[in-house]
Amino acid sequence: MPPSNDVLLTMYRKMVLMRRFEEKAGQAYGQKKIQGFCHLYTGQEAVAVGAIEALRPDDYMMTGYRDHAHPIARGAHPGMIMAELFAKNSGYSKGKGGSMHLIDVEHHWYGGYGIVGGQIPLAAGMAFASKYRNEDRVTVCSFGEAAANQGAFHETLNMAAKWKLPVIYVCENNRYGMGTEVSRVSAQPEIHKRAAAFDMRGEAFDGMDAIVSYEMFKEAGEYCRKGNGPILLEAKTYRFRGHSMSDAATYRTKEEVEEFKTKGDPIPKLRAVILKKKAATEAELDAIDEAQKHICEEAVAFADAAPETGLEELYTDMVIEDGEPDVHPRERVLGAKDVKWPSYPSGQELKVTWDLEPAAAAAKAEEKGAA
Amino acid sequence: MATAVLLPALSPTMKDGKITKWLKKEGDKISSGMAIAECETDKSNLEIEAYDDGVLLKILVPEGGSAPVGSPIAYIGKAGEKIDAEAAVKAVPPKKDEPAPEPTAPMPAKAPAASAPIPAPPAAEAGARLRASPLARAIAKDQGVDLSSISGSGPSGRIVKKDVEQAAKATPAAKVSTFPKAVRGGQRPEPTSVPVGGMRKVIAQRLTEVKPGVPHFYLTIEVEMEEAMAVKEQARALETKVSVNDVIVKAVAVALRRFPRLNQQFAGDKILQLHTVDVGIAVAIEDGLITPIVKDADQKGLAEIAAEIRELADRAKRKALKPEEYSGGSITVSNLGMYGIDSFIGVINPPHAALLAIGEVAKKAVIRNDQIVMRQMMSVTLSGDHRVIDGAVGAQYLQILKGVLEHPLRMLF
Amino acid sequence: MQNISYREALNQALGEEMERDANVFLMGEEVARYNGAYKVSQGLLDRFGSARVVDTPISELGFAGLGVGAAMVGLRPVIEMMTWNFAILAMDQIVNNAAKIRHMSGGQLRCPIVVRGASGAGGRLSSQHSQCLESGYVNIPGLKVVAPATPADAKGLLKASIRDENPVCFFEAELLYNQKGDVPEGEHLVPIGKADIKREGTDVTLITYSRMLTWTVLPAAEELAKQGISAEVVDLRTLRPLDVETILASVNKTNRVVIVEESWPHASVGTDVVDLIQREAFDALDAPIGRVSGLDVNMAYAAALEAATQPSVERVLAAVNQVLYR
Repeated sequence: MPPSNDVLLTMYRKMVLMRRFEEKAGQAYGQKKIQGFCHLYTGQEAVAVGAIEALRPDDYMMTGYRDHAHPIARGAHPGMIMAELFAKNSGYSKGKGGSMHLIDVEHHWYGGYGIVGGQIPLAAGMAFASKYRNEDRVTVCSFGEAAANQGAFHETLNMAAKWKLPVIYVCENNRYGMGTEVSRVSAQPEIHKRAAAFDMRGEAFDGMDAIVSYEMFKEAGEYCRKGNGPILLEAKTYRFRGHSMSDAATYRTKEEVEEFKTKGDPIPKLRAVILKKKAATEAELDAIDEAQKHICEEAVAFADAAPETGLEELYTDMVIEDGEPDVHPRERVLGAKDVKWPSYPSGQELKVTWDLEPAAAAAKAEEKGAA
Repeated sequence: MATAVLLPALSPTMKDGKITKWLKKEGDKISSGMAIAECETDKSNLEIEAYDDGVLLKILVPEGGSAPVGSPIAYIGKAGEKIDAEAAVKAVPPKKDEPAPEPTAPMPAKAPAASAPIPAPPAAEAGARLRASPLARAIAKDQGVDLSSISGSGPSGRIVKKDVEQAAKATPAAKVSTFPKAVRGGQRPEPTSVPVGGMRKVIAQRLTEVKPGVPHFYLTIEVEMEEAMAVKEQARALETKVSVNDVIVKAVAVALRRFPRLNQQFAGDKILQLHTVDVGIAVAIEDGLITPIVKDADQKGLAEIAAEIRELADRAKRKALKPEEYSGGSITVSNLGMYGIDSFIGVINPPHAALLAIGEVAKKAVIRNDQIVMRQMMSVTLSGDHRVIDGAVGAQYLQILKGVLEHPLRMLF
Repeated sequence: MQNISYREALNQALGEEMERDANVFLMGEEVARYNGAYKVSQGLLDRFGSARVVDTPISELGFAGLGVGAAMVGLRPVIEMMTWNFAILAMDQIVNNAAKIRHMSGGQLRCPIVVRGASGAGGRLSSQHSQCLESGYVNIPGLKVVAPATPADAKGLLKASIRDENPVCFFEAELLYNQKGDVPEGEHLVPIGKADIKREGTDVTLITYSRMLTWTVLPAAEELAKQGISAEVVDLRTLRPLDVETILASVNKTNRVVIVEESWPHASVGTDVVDLIQREAFDALDAPIGRVSGLDVNMAYAAALEAATQPSVERVLAAVNQVLYR
C-alpha cells in the first residue's frame, strides 16, 4: 500500500533531520566534543524511516551501534541524544553509554549495542515476550551484513523461525564491514537468502528508496502480526561516510561513493516524488529543511550547555535495590510530566495462553523421529 | 559576518595536517557538507568539509601548507564581506586533549571501606626484622610484653600468640608484683639455653662490629643510701659485722631474683638463662683482680654473705681459690667507694651479662620536692653486654635495685 | 520440616515461583519433555505448559540472549545451562548485555534474569565437563553470583534469585543433586548476600561454599573436633556480593583461617576472600591465611588423578595444622 502524502512529508522531514543531525555529530567529533567511536548513519536513512513510519510507535525497535538516527526518527529529544554523544549528564544514559548505547525506552527504542550481532538474540527475546503476553506487537531488529556471519545470527533465526516469533530482522547491507566488502568473507553474500536455511521468509529491497522501504515494512509488519513468524529483510543500502569517524575508507573508490551520493541519495529522491505528486512546494520543502537545520543547531547548543556527569554517578545504575524505580530520562532531565512508560501486566494479572509446542505436535515429531 | 573554517581533527590522534589540494577557489559558492579541500593527516588523506553556507572568501593556508588542528585555514561568508579575523573564529576551539582526570574529587560513599588503622608496632625494633604475627604483636602490646625478649616458635622464628602468652606468664617484666620462690631444697637447677632469636643475633653481630669483644653499654643511677646504711646499724645490734657492700651484694641478688632477664650469660651461639642467683665480687689482689662468686646470694642472710665474702676475699689474696669458686654467675659487683671514687665505669667479666660499678657513699646536695636537701648518695654504674641485654633491660634492673637499696625492708618479701 | 534432595528443593522453588508469578518461565536444553537433564524441572511442563517451560535447541548463546531480551521487557526468565561449562558460549550475552544494560541505558532498563546450572566435577567426566567457573562471573560488576550448598539454601536462594531485580548467576553442583537435607515447610526464602555459619567454633575459621561444605569441610571439622580443635565453618552461599561482616566477625573470633574451594586457585573466589581478610582483619591474624583449592591442573578422567585433584579432608587437616602451628 503506497504511503499517503502525510507519510511522505513525515518521512522527508525525518530523513532531513537524521541527515543534518549526523552532519552535526560528525562536525562535533572533529571538534572533539564527541570522542571514542562515532558511527554515522548518513545515506541509510530510508531504511529506518520506512520501518518507523510503517509500524507502530509501541513496536520494539533496536539496532547495533550505528544508532544515532533511529531514535531521533522515533521521537527522541535531539538535544538529549546529542548530550549523550557529548558525554553529558543530560544525555539519555547520563553520559554512561555514549554513541554506541543510545537507548530511549519511552519511545520503545532499545539501543544501542557494541558487540556485533549482540542485539540479534535480544530481539528474539522481546518478540518472545510479546507472544508470551499475547500482544500483537512486532519487534524490528537492524544489524549490518557483517553481523549475519555471527553465530548469534544463526542460532537466533533458528529459534525465531521454529517458534514463529514476531520479529522483523533487517539486515542493513551497506556492503562493507569495517573495511571488508561482504562477498570477500561470506559464502552467501545475499543475506536474505540465508533465511531459507531456517525455512523462513527472506526478502531483499532497495534500501535507498524511502517509499520502497515503507511498503516493505508495512507488509512485513502485517505478516508478523498475523503470527506467520519472523521475516528476514535485506535492505540494499549504502553509507556515505566511513564505517566510523576514524575510517580513512581506502576500501572503496571515491567514484563509487560519489555515484551513490549523487544518484542513490534517498532524500533528493523522495523530494522529487513529493514535488511530482504536488504533496508540497519547493518553498515548503525548503522551510522543512531550514527547520531541521535549526533543530540540530539547538540540539548542539543544548548539549554544549548541559552539565557534565558527576562522580556521584559512578556507582549508580548497576545493582538494583528492592523497590528502586527505573529512570525516565525526559522526566529526569527536562522535568517532563507527560512521559508514557511501557507497562506490562503483573505476574498475578497475566494469563499465559500461548502453547509454544503443543504436546500432540511434539509427540508426533518424536514418533516420526523414532520411525 | 564571515566565519573561519578551522582545521578539524579528522582522526582522534591528529595534531596537524597538510593541505594537499584546494577543491574550491576563492569566490566559489560553498554549502554545508561540501568538500572544499583535501588534507594529509598522520593516518591518511581525507577531505575537509565546510560547515556553513556562503562564499569562499579567502584561503589562508595554501596547497602544501600545514596547520595545527583547530586553526583557521579559510574564511567563508557573504560575497564582498570584510573579514574581521578575531570575530571570525567564533567557533568553540577544539577541546584540547585532556589528561586523565586526577582523583581530586572525593570518591563517593559506596567505594569499599578504608582499611582499619594498623596499631603501631612495638618500639623494640632496633632496625632488625622482628617476625611476629599481627595478633602476637597486638597481645604483646596489650600485656606490656617486650617482643624482642621473646623467641618465636613459628616458621623463621615468627613469634605467635602462644609464645607471647607464655612469655607474659613467665616474665612479669613490667609488673614486679609476683615474687618468685627463692628458697628451695635439694639440687641447684642447671642453666637453660635460651634460643637466640633473629633480632638478638643481629644485635650481637652489629654491635661486636662496633665494639669488638664484648660490646658494652653503660647506665648510671644515683641511690639514696640512708636506709641501707641503717641496716649496718642493725647488724651491730646483733653483734655481727656487715659492711655496706654486703648489703649492696644482697640487694643485687634479690633484685636479680626479681628480674631474671638480667640473670643470663653469653654463650657464643646461645644465651644461658641462669636459675640460680650467683653474684661475683671484684676483689683487688696483688697485681690484679679476681672475681669470686657468692653462690645463691639471694638465699643467704646478710651475715652469711658478709662472712663468705670475707673468707673468699681472704683466700683470693692468697691465690687459694678453686676454679669453681670464681666461675659462673651473671653479674659482678665492683666497689671502689673505699678509695673515694665518686663513680666509675667497669669492664664486664665474661660471660656475665653485666657489671655494677659502685662509687662511695657521700653526702650530697640534692633536690627533693623542689627543695635543696642533703642526702647520702651513691652512684651505681651498670655496664651491660649488649649481646645479651639492652638498655631498657638494664634500666629496669637498676630501678628494682635502687628500690631495694632505698627501701631495704623490701628484701623481706 | 521436610527431608528432601537438593534437586527436589530446586524443583519446589521453580514450581512455587512460577505459580506465584506468571512472568517467570524456564528455558533450556531438555527442560520440558525430558524433565531436565538432572530432573530438576520434573513435572513442570505438565503444570505450566510449553510457553513457560521451553525446550531449546543447543544454542547457549542464542537462548541466553533471548532470555536477556525477554527480561528487558518485563519477563522473568530462568535460563538453564545444562552445565556452566557450556555457558562459556553464552558469556557474551551475560557479561556484555545482562550485566551492563542498566548502566548503558542510564537506569532505564533492568534485566531480572536467572542463569542457573550445574558446576564442578561430575565424577569421571574429564576436563571440559568438570570446571568451576564462578570466579569469572564474580569479577563482573552488575551481576550477582550465588552458590548454595544445601537443599534448604538451594530452595531459598533460587526463590530469592528469581525475585531479585538483577541478573543472577546461580551455581548448583552436579554431585549435590541427590544429596538430602532438611528444608523448612512453607514459604522459605534465603537472602542473597548473607553467608551462614554452618558450625560454630573458636579455634579456626573454615570458609567454603557449594559441594565442598558437606563433602569435605564439615567432615574435616568433625575430625578436628575429635582432636580437640573447635572449627567454625562459614558457608559463603553468595559469592558476589560477599558477606564481609560475617567473614570478618569469624576471623576476629578465631584468628586463624583456611579457605576451602573446589575451583582452581588462581584468581578464584578464595583469592578474593584472602585479600578481604588480610586487608580488613590483618591484626586479628595469628598465621597467614591457609587455602585448599582444586589443584592447578586440568581434570583427568582417571579416578586416582581426579581424586587427587580435588580438596580432601586430609588436605584440609594439614592446612589447619599449619595455621595452628601444630
